[in-house]
Amino acid sequence: MNYTLREMMTIMAAREISDGDIVFCGTGISLVAAMAAKYITAPNSIIFFETGAIDSQLEEIPMSVADPRVMYSAASNGGLLEAFATMQNRITGDRVIGILGAAQIDKYGNLNSTAIGDYFMPVTRFSGSGGACDVASFVPRCLIFMQHEKRKFPKKVDYLTSPGYLDGPGTREKAGLMPGGPTAVITNLGLMRFDEETKEMYLAHYYPGTTPQKILENMEFEVDITRATEATPPTENELKILREKVDPQKLIL
Amino acid sequence: MSADQGKVMALDEAIRSYVKDGCHISIGGFTLSRNPMAAVYEIIRQRIRGLHCYAHSNGTGVDELVGGGCISKLEIAYGGNAKSAPTCIRFKTAIQRGEIRFEDYTNYQMALRFHAGAMGVPFITTRSSFGTDIVNKWGFSKEMREKDPKIPDNKLVVLDNPFGNWGNASKVILIPAINPDVTIIHVQKADKFGTCRMMGLAYADVDQAKAARNVIVTCEELVDSEELRAQPEFNQIPFIHVSAVVPIPFGAYPTACYRYYDYDPQYLSQHSVFAKNDKLYREYLDKFIFSVKDHQGLLDLVGKVQLEKIKADPRTGYATGLDRK
Repeated sequence: MNYTLREMMTIMAAREISDGDIVFCGTGISLVAAMAAKYITAPNSIIFFETGAIDSQLEEIPMSVADPRVMYSAASNGGLLEAFATMQNRITGDRVIGILGAAQIDKYGNLNSTAIGDYFMPVTRFSGSGGACDVASFVPRCLIFMQHEKRKFPKKVDYLTSPGYLDGPGTREKAGLMPGGPTAVITNLGLMRFDEETKEMYLAHYYPGTTPQKILENMEFEVDITRATEATPPTENELKILREKVDPQKLIL
Repeated sequence: MSADQGKVMALDEAIRSYVKDGCHISIGGFTLSRNPMAAVYEIIRQRIRGLHCYAHSNGTGVDELVGGGCISKLEIAYGGNAKSAPTCIRFKTAIQRGEIRFEDYTNYQMALRFHAGAMGVPFITTRSSFGTDIVNKWGFSKEMREKDPKIPDNKLVVLDNPFGNWGNASKVILIPAINPDVTIIHVQKADKFGTCRMMGLAYADVDQAKAARNVIVTCEELVDSEELRAQPEFNQIPFIHVSAVVPIPFGAYPTACYRYYDYDPQYLSQHSVFAKNDKLYREYLDKFIFSVKDHQGLLDLVGKVQLEKIKADPRTGYATGLDRK
């Protein structure tokens, strides 16, 4: 069965979500992945938004985390303080998995979603942290969506918006951050993880039709490719769920 | 202001009274929901200048204030507005051209800063942003801070936990309180004295209001105090915080107002086309803001047919099945 790269990325992310996880979502592909997980791997996962809506019943895809669609039939509609406390608080925070995106990522999973070039006079200005830095600071596991391009995988990010493993092993803790950090980077070419010892990114899976070598050509820094295996494409059932249940209006996919 | 009338005012009068050139301001709502847009457009219409604006993710409203030339300093966590403008376009343009001073925070930090302001404490703590450029890069220099009594002398301060390892934290980040001169919010219901009932998500509106010297409330419906006081547990802001109440149906348009109307995807996507081009954006401001007398004038240009399309379904609180492509 034919599938698009965005469908592949969505399914790769959905498979990372476990039953019972509390999923911190943005919009777009991250939300579609979280919605798909509820049908596939994690029926008891809970979607929540930084605006304060918890366990929203998403009959339609929200275009923003403040969309009235996240308010419908939620367990509670609070505000920003409640949402971020859910992640900073260890009782609930340890159950949260975050899904983020960025303009740049380095080998330790540090993210830039603020500016390319000089911070004060940027070549390109982006939206800024929003809640991304808070999520990356607080929660034990994060998935990151990226487009695989050289300039998006630089040796050093132009502005460090959201912390990954900072400068390597032990540096999160030394800086004052809670343990945790990114668990997977999902791109249009493959899925990367972080080595338990060195905290450096390595290639775990490449998609059918691409090669580890091609992935390296799309990165400024080198990653270990010796552990890489070919990813399993989305199944017929997974695609059916995406197309018929999650995004029938084709707003995102 | 007579006792009968309470604090009810016309919007132009409320803006003229409380929003002055150079004042420190915050607006309620989040990205494309419940922004006080009628008030934002009136600020632009009155050509108020030099505002110092505090924002978490106040997408549509802040972007229009930037585009309208009203803001000169901006403390912000997020300048994005969903699909039609992943980065708010006038915000992006103003920063890339060096037209405004700006400083970046996180959403939690901005929400906490308003909370500290509402509590009357000088700072509050969090464990967010250690080791990042949010701590390391200041948009406002030390020198500028020390000269301006309305800005704290530091951006963020990292402190060793004075309680040892209590709370399993070796360090905390201190973030300074915000007390705006004026906060403007749009709510579903208010009475003439300013008691507010919001529906759906409150974002950080309550703290933004309570932290401010003056608060302008615009509302979909002006209702009797008895109606709100019959269920006080559903009211978020009591009248003691509020300076002015302005009833304006569709006062959040083109952003959404839960249980009343959706955001207008057509207006917002058209807007992003205008916003990308200086000339088109000037023409847009002329047509929709400067050439009309008030918010009703803008709504008349949009037309009843379009407003009917975004009317909320009573079951879901939004316009079910609305074409949002």
